[in-house]
Amino acid sequence: MINGIWLGFIVIGVIVSIFTGNVQAVTDAAISFADTAVEIAIGLIGIMTLWLGIMAIAEKAGLIRGLAKALSPIMKRLFPDVPEDHPAMGAMIMNIAANILGLGNAATPFGLKAMEELNTLNEHKGVATDAMAMFLAINTSSVTLLPATVIGLRAAAGSTNATEVIGPIILATTISTVSAIILAKLFSKMKRYQIEKIIDETDVDVKEG
Amino acid sequence: MLINILNSISLYAIPVLLLGIPLYGFIKKVKVYEVFVGGAKEGFNTAIRIIPYLVAMLAAIGIFRASGAMDYVVKVFSPITNLIGMPAEILPMGIMRSLSGGGAEGMMVELFNTHGPDSLIGRMASISMGSTETTMYCIAVYYGVAKITKVRHTLSVGLIVDAISLIAAAIITNIVF
Repeated sequence: MINGIWLGFIVIGVIVSIFTGNVQAVTDAAISFADTAVEIAIGLIGIMTLWLGIMAIAEKAGLIRGLAKALSPIMKRLFPDVPEDHPAMGAMIMNIAANILGLGNAATPFGLKAMEELNTLNEHKGVATDAMAMFLAINTSSVTLLPATVIGLRAAAGSTNATEVIGPIILATTISTVSAIILAKLFSKMKRYQIEKIIDETDVDVKEG
Repeated sequence: MLINILNSISLYAIPVLLLGIPLYGFIKKVKVYEVFVGGAKEGFNTAIRIIPYLVAMLAAIGIFRASGAMDYVVKVFSPITNLIGMPAEILPMGIMRSLSGGGAEGMMVELFNTHGPDSLIGRMASISMGSTETTMYCIAVYYGVAKITKVRHTLSVGLIVDAISLIAAAIITNIVF
């Protein structure tokens, strides 16, 4: 599916641009977005390094193990394939907590660390596991208590009550997170998404991962 | 009151973590500086590893965005959005949200400027923006670090949930305001 969508963006984009006369804009966008991608990655280096360092201390001091233990009743249900004391659990908890508090900058390093840890449990490198898909589902729909960016932009635009949207946002984001968890659970059991089926279809390139 | 508490949380959360964790580690006899540097070493590689995935995704999104294809997508979906009380102006931003966080933010600011942040459209834009994340970007970044190319059900779940969030935001806005 991701192959289809990715190719679809490019094919549709180029064809439509011919009809709309935006051919030059498409060229410029492809190049400048590629630049942006590298800038984002480079920009992550500092913050990644800072938070991974802090997290190493938290791990060594036993803080993350404690947190993971306290939340294990929930985490065990969401991620049945991840052992309770695995480092991935702690990193995922830190990521979800940072998202809930609206600390987007701190959330990403924990999330990336969590993904790397989840990948150590992955028997078929290159193919997403149920736990990875569940973690991403929770992440892309993440519950936010303080949508700082939205409130900031509302205030900047001259809103008389920039924060009035917080309650509705919490409600909407809760609905989306709950549906993400349910859908991820249901879809992981569907035939067309079984790992075995995906490996059969692709064989070679999966193994090199 | 609640807002003040939330604001203080977001102001103090990071300093508290930056102070509290090393301090707690020190009390637990962790060699804080050495452990920090050891853990931090991974940061560079992790960030660099996602570049190909991010370039692939963002370049494709950039091409799609710049082509003007969004107008056609909106036309296809507009019968559905009319049904749930979503003004047509919201839809391009809602679709953009799955693709590009910055792009969607820009469109939200445009909606604020045109209709006002306290209009129904302004509020609906705020609520749908605040309750979603950039699905395509997250998939590129997070799966990039684990070198995942077969995403299985992740994309379907992400996109369906984006649609659910958008619908929920429209319904909630219409009820609350």
